[in-house]
Amino acid sequence: MKEEIIIAGFGGQGVLSMGKILAYSGIMQDMEVTWMPSYGPEMRGGTANVTVVLSSDRISSPIVNRCDTAIILNQQSLDKFEAMVKPGGLLLYDPNGITQPPTRSDICICKIEAAEEAARIGNAKAYNMIVLGAYLKKRPVVQLDNVIRGLKKSIPERHHKLIPMNEQAIRRGMEAVIDVC
Amino acid sequence: MAEKVLKKGNEVIALAAIRCGCDGYFGYPITPQSEVMETLMEEKPWETTGMVVLQAESETSSINMLYGGASCGKKVMTSSSSPGLSLMCEGLSYLAGAELPCLVVNVVRGGPGLGTIQPAQSDYFQATKGGGHGDYHLIVLAPSSVQEMNDFVELAFELAFKYRNPAMILADGIVGQMMEKVELSPQKPRWTDAEIQQISGSWATTGKTADRAMHVITSLALDAAVAERFNEKLIQKYNEIREKEVRFETIKCDDADYLLVAYGAMARICQETVEMARAAGLKVGLLRPVTLFPFPSAELQRLAPSLKGILSVELSAGQMVEDIRLAVEGRTPVKHYGRLGGMVPDPGQALEALKQLFSI
Repeated sequence: MKEEIIIAGFGGQGVLSMGKILAYSGIMQDMEVTWMPSYGPEMRGGTANVTVVLSSDRISSPIVNRCDTAIILNQQSLDKFEAMVKPGGLLLYDPNGITQPPTRSDICICKIEAAEEAARIGNAKAYNMIVLGAYLKKRPVVQLDNVIRGLKKSIPERHHKLIPMNEQAIRRGMEAVIDVC
Repeated sequence: MAEKVLKKGNEVIALAAIRCGCDGYFGYPITPQSEVMETLMEEKPWETTGMVVLQAESETSSINMLYGGASCGKKVMTSSSSPGLSLMCEGLSYLAGAELPCLVVNVVRGGPGLGTIQPAQSDYFQATKGGGHGDYHLIVLAPSSVQEMNDFVELAFELAFKYRNPAMILADGIVGQMMEKVELSPQKPRWTDAEIQQISGSWATTGKTADRAMHVITSLALDAAVAERFNEKLIQKYNEIREKEVRFETIKCDDADYLLVAYGAMARICQETVEMARAAGLKVGLLRPVTLFPFPSAELQRLAPSLKGILSVELSAGQMVEDIRLAVEGRTPVKHYGRLGGMVPDPGQALEALKQLFSI
């Protein structure tokens, strides 16, 4: 089993930390993982992306030319990464701020109104966990209890009281994801 | 077995330094390796192992602080990225000339000049052929995973002290910035004064006692005859390193028609290129030099006669390819493929380059 995921959006949306939590969840499930962030000028310009690879075998390249899943949180990233999804792959996006929705017909497209859901919960910081939940619903590559264990590993102990809130956000994302095609 | 954690390559350099009993780190921040010093500052090893961590006023200062620390037989290190390394080159030549063991980490970014902060391998010449002046070599290790970023810190110090020579970890922006699962080394204490005396007492400036002659750390030899003898001694040392310390990894080389040669992050990418090529029925193998000096020339010589071609894949305009050509001495065609200025090819692009350059 090998899943190559690109997560892309604005800096501050929790793109890199979502990737880290996903990677840690993979470790908890005895998988091999790589996490490769964008750290270049685009990061300074406000957009961020990360490539996460989860695999049952040793991972060769941390750099991918095609991905199984693209999780897209702004228009620039949609423009850049839609074409990289393998045929039959998954494109998950938050329609908030998207003016030109994805057009491909050979991939599975899903949307999650994560910004809206986060506002409903009353916690903007839960945004990326709602997106993660939506992803895990469509691609259950790691089990939820391993995600919770991954969360514990990737956030400092002083913030562990926030884990139930994060779990709730993940569950909310799982419920709220919508198939577009 | 120790627990596996998810860490960046740069963070792991810092943690490995503390854990192998490093005495001092002197550095100046620069992307893409600033996490090395950030992690050291967070870990506060001066409160636990007694390791000194100091942000110097410049790279030039850092490298000269290494000279001072290494002269006393201490395990000292610095890290930087390409433009910073250029500033350190004078110091590196002096360290090599004074035969001082130390560790220098270069997390390479694109050049020349201020260049870009994105990953590159365009400092191969600087790392393996000098950088500074004079006939000297560094021992150069090229990690291609976060685990090797951990393992090579201790190995580099071991080799540096074994040969009284500066060692370098030549990483790149990918290996520095990416996170992978890593098993950190167990914590070792720093050397005691008695241990330093035992390991480096014959040359280090540990405090002169009445029963021994003064130890002088210098690279100055004004008398040409003396300077020549000293250079010959260095060459002997480098030849011993060439003979004993070559490290490399081969993947699917036994029946290969074509050989990719790549190091560092590029070797990881090429590993997938090999898988793609094999799936398409092409017999392609990969040789990954782990030491860049000494270079695995003998292995290339051994493989060359049965190969139809060798492709050097580097994030440079073609630097390591020269060492490959020197090694195979025309026995098989050698070509180069590289991306420049911080651009990184994906596995498919490397395969396309192989097919195109060898008309497959």
